[in-house]
Amino acid sequence: MLITLLVSIAVISLISVFLSLLMVIADATIGNYGVVKITINEGIRDLEVLGGQPLLRSLQQEGIFIPSACGGRGSCGLCKVKVVEGGGEYLPTELPFISEEERAQQIRLSCQVKVKNDIAIEIPEELFYVKEFSTTVEKIRNLTHDIKEVTLRLIDPGEITIKAGQYIQFVVPEYEDLDEEVYRAYSVASPPGDATHVELEIRLVPGGICTTYVHEHLKEGDTVTINGPYGDFYLRESDAPIIFIAGGSGMAPIKSILLDMEKNANPRSAQYFFGARSKRDLFLLDEMKALESSIPNFSFVPALSEPLGEDNWEGEVGLITDVVRKNVSDAQASEAYLCGSPGMIDACIKVLTDLGVSEDRIFYDKF
Amino acid sequence: MHNFAIFFASIFTGNILLTTYLGMCSFLSVSKELKTSLGLGAAVVFVMATTTPLNWMVYQWLLIPFGLEYLRFIVFIIVIAAFVQLTEMALERYSEGLYQALGIFLPLITVNCAILGASLFMVIREYTLATSFFFGLGSGIGWALAIVAMAGIRQKLKSAKIPPGLEGPGITLVIAGFMAMAFMGFSGMIALT
Repeated sequence: MLITLLVSIAVISLISVFLSLLMVIADATIGNYGVVKITINEGIRDLEVLGGQPLLRSLQQEGIFIPSACGGRGSCGLCKVKVVEGGGEYLPTELPFISEEERAQQIRLSCQVKVKNDIAIEIPEELFYVKEFSTTVEKIRNLTHDIKEVTLRLIDPGEITIKAGQYIQFVVPEYEDLDEEVYRAYSVASPPGDATHVELEIRLVPGGICTTYVHEHLKEGDTVTINGPYGDFYLRESDAPIIFIAGGSGMAPIKSILLDMEKNANPRSAQYFFGARSKRDLFLLDEMKALESSIPNFSFVPALSEPLGEDNWEGEVGLITDVVRKNVSDAQASEAYLCGSPGMIDACIKVLTDLGVSEDRIFYDKF
Repeated sequence: MHNFAIFFASIFTGNILLTTYLGMCSFLSVSKELKTSLGLGAAVVFVMATTTPLNWMVYQWLLIPFGLEYLRFIVFIIVIAAFVQLTEMALERYSEGLYQALGIFLPLITVNCAILGASLFMVIREYTLATSFFFGLGSGIGWALAIVAMAGIRQKLKSAKIPPGLEGPGITLVIAGFMAMAFMGFSGMIALT
């Protein structure tokens, strides 16, 4: 009996060892592509990495973070990178995410492209500055019934260089049914002047992976990993008058921009239209009102689309698009910065172009 | 002669997908387009035709002498997994064209129950090495035939009116049932033993 047992264990182990050895040998021979070179932006940075890994992972190991929501499984389609040379043919797994135009520009999904030989890629320069930060939750505060303000204190590295309006990615760890890390993007609400903290405004989305985690599991003192900064939603240098439009947690990047304007005593004229459903969806009203006096030429226009009787609301009423149309007469010289849901942004772009804002001066952050 | 009978029988009368309903998960999920189903079908043909005789050797020369037949489930699975992994690595390295057409499907079918099923049937039916090869090849071709036929039907289905509750896997299963019935027309021609 004992012998049968021992023999079976021995045979199984032998087979496993033999196959693992085979795999190890294969890994070292067939799977060994040696050291290959990744040339970024025509030589601005050159990396030498071990070949055979997906481009996304190779870049990550060298400290270059390409925004990605699914962590490299080829299901989110966010990690697009321009591969100028050495990327090989398109894989069937990439095609659903790549449009005809992108194909012509050699845009690839970096999680699917394997680095097997020297490769040349182009990425936005800002990605060089993206880092991963470990942080602790310093404070969680309710802004409205469904929006929480989360303040993170940076631990390692201890400071972040960010432009007002940019966003970071929040790494959601495994919890409940979630069996692998996912990333979700959130705009930073704190001003760049405070390099040691990152403040996020997170609205509870029913069924949302990250929002549920933040609203129901995250506690003060917890550790959170983020990476960033990303995005080109920041204030452009010019003298043009500014129109800000935001809804809900779209407040975050605008707040960061406004606080930055306050700090620099920015003299540009600016109007901020903030849309909400009823009074219980409004937040930071006092702070915004206070900015009217501390930023030289700034006015804040909150508007409710469906005020309730008990709200006693005396401000603007109506859809944010109608409020903008009513309050802005000539916008030909203006720049516009929008942050909110895709529906709201598309509607606002239409109104703004009607009012004379040229489309290349409308900047937006859709979520 | 016997080998050819087994070969044809495993394609038609004893089609592994339509008579035993093995390998349903990839059959349902990858049969949306003709081209991808052809690729997956080819990968299954290759893996079945190679792993069935491979497992035959492991079984006859290793497991039986030690009296370890009961370990065949786990041993077959690791042999298949290792073999598929090696093939994928080799294809990726040496043949971009083949990797494109076949390689990316290989990881999908490591855990395909039809592959393991073919190896287990080979044991139950006490095939010889040569017969195992023909059985694996035939079963693979049969599986590929079924998924390609299904993909063809599903492409036509795009323009058909389907009751809302039946869309997706529902109607696919109904069609698979009809296909199985149609394949029953072959039964009686050659027996798969």
